[in-house]
Amino acid sequence: MSVAPGIFVPRLQRRRRIGTAVATMCALLSLIGVLFLGVLLVRIGKEGWESLTPTFLTNFPSVLNPEQAGIKSALWGTLWLTLVTVVVSLPVGVAAAVYLEEFARPGRLRWFIHINISNLAGVPSIVYGILGLAMFVRWLHLGRSVLAGGLTLALLVLPVVIIASREALAGVPKSIRLAAYALGATRWQTVWSHVLPAALPGIMTGVILALSRAIGEAAPLLILGALTYVAFVPSGPMDAFTALPLQIYDWIDRPQPEFHRLAAAGIILLLGILLPMNAVAIGVRAWHQRKKAW
Amino acid sequence: MNEVSDQPRRERNVPPIPAMQVPASRRQTSEPHPPEPVLRTENLTIQYGRFAAVKNVTMEVSARRVTAIIGPSGCGKSTLLRAMNRMNDFVTGASVEGRLFYCGEDIYRAGFDPVELRLRIGMVFQKPNPFPKSIFKNVAWGPAINGFRGSIEELVEQALRQAALWDEVKDKLHDSAYALSGGQQQRLCIARAIAMQPDVLLMDEPCSALDPIATARIEDLIDQLKSQYTVVLVTHNMQQAARVSDRTAFMYMGELIEVGDTAVIFTMPGEQRTQDYITGRFG
Repeated sequence: MSVAPGIFVPRLQRRRRIGTAVATMCALLSLIGVLFLGVLLVRIGKEGWESLTPTFLTNFPSVLNPEQAGIKSALWGTLWLTLVTVVVSLPVGVAAAVYLEEFARPGRLRWFIHINISNLAGVPSIVYGILGLAMFVRWLHLGRSVLAGGLTLALLVLPVVIIASREALAGVPKSIRLAAYALGATRWQTVWSHVLPAALPGIMTGVILALSRAIGEAAPLLILGALTYVAFVPSGPMDAFTALPLQIYDWIDRPQPEFHRLAAAGIILLLGILLPMNAVAIGVRAWHQRKKAW
Repeated sequence: MNEVSDQPRRERNVPPIPAMQVPASRRQTSEPHPPEPVLRTENLTIQYGRFAAVKNVTMEVSARRVTAIIGPSGCGKSTLLRAMNRMNDFVTGASVEGRLFYCGEDIYRAGFDPVELRLRIGMVFQKPNPFPKSIFKNVAWGPAINGFRGSIEELVEQALRQAALWDEVKDKLHDSAYALSGGQQQRLCIARAIAMQPDVLLMDEPCSALDPIATARIEDLIDQLKSQYTVVLVTHNMQQAARVSDRTAFMYMGELIEVGDTAVIFTMPGEQRTQDYITGRFG
């Protein structure tokens, strides 16, 4: 380890110091996100923990009596919304992805659709609310119903579902498709029997993550004119509804501190739904990556 | 379902695979003894964009013979092979000029259905590519989607026996095909192809991903298959071509330099370039 004198000036100590400094800074910066999440969780937990009782889940909201108020209608509203969103966005999104990835010839039309879908994924959710208001509430006369809300959220998550599904389909090796074609299979038989099953875990991951985004959305539902005070559980897709984020928004908006505690409890409930969903999505992905053999 | 696999069969001679239901329109092309030659190309040129991978090739493939296509990397031998069951359809930018006849029918004419063609012309790929499913389903799927009416268990067993794989997998038919070794996977792919009872079996360097022992087993297998099937084998291994083939075609830079009986090509080639290649002077 001898360096010819005069040719190199390595300044090794200085370089090592810079390296250590950068690593330390990156570590600290990466902790900021975790730190804020921790602070948020602790604050919300402190404020809302006591309100999170069984009656909180089974009682309807009450404007006059915060002690008795619950989140039943919003919880059921969110479940209904999620159901409509899945039923609409899953088949439409997967079908679109299958068309674009497996059937459409590469060309201008496919490129045009692809660019548009990518752009739609970046459109703010409130714009989808305006679209839903114009299209579903007014034009199709669906009113401020579960159906109108679910369809709006389905539009919102559709680009994400399509993009995730396309990526999952593109990840299936071409050799599997060729093997099927060489046995006299049509494109559809190949897709249905081999490509879709192999891509399913990836599609599931994308759909779950997209849904967890939809569940947390308040803005598009507010634009639709969804109610914030509902004292009944929707019994069908045409009923009026409220959802967890809307109920939380309504409670935070009120001056009395009792309602703020209810809002905190609502946030804990919402996180209690979203975090396990994301965990399942990550779990499916990890399981799939371990299992796949190609 | 496991009835067949649970009792080992005594007899070595496997009864013939029950005939598939063939629609009348296809019956002419799937006669048990098709007129020779099975495949014939006429001034076939295949281009990827502007690059001509196969140039003006005219050749014949005889029935129930092993025809080897040899030549250095990039000479167009795999492209020519994939043209024979229209697998080039899946390569973007590939275009075909000239004609390619299968049993007298131009398979590149407008309106010809390549799906029907691939029922009769099976293929084994360079790298083993089993489906991510069980061993049984790998073999059974092709017949199943094509309306096979007989006993699927018997068909699977016979195909696996013909591919010399049965004894190794009979107790784990419902395990994943990915649990098999590379050589076993390639024999599974051969079983999958012959379960369709094709007229022709196209093999695209089927041993290039395998070790010498697995290669020897596949070569034995090809030797047995030629009593029933027409085999076209692409290989960059000249010893392999000399060992297993009856006829050999030598390609160079997209052109067919010469084609003839393997014994003649390897002892008295008519072209200097063939001589140079087989003696290892280039390639």
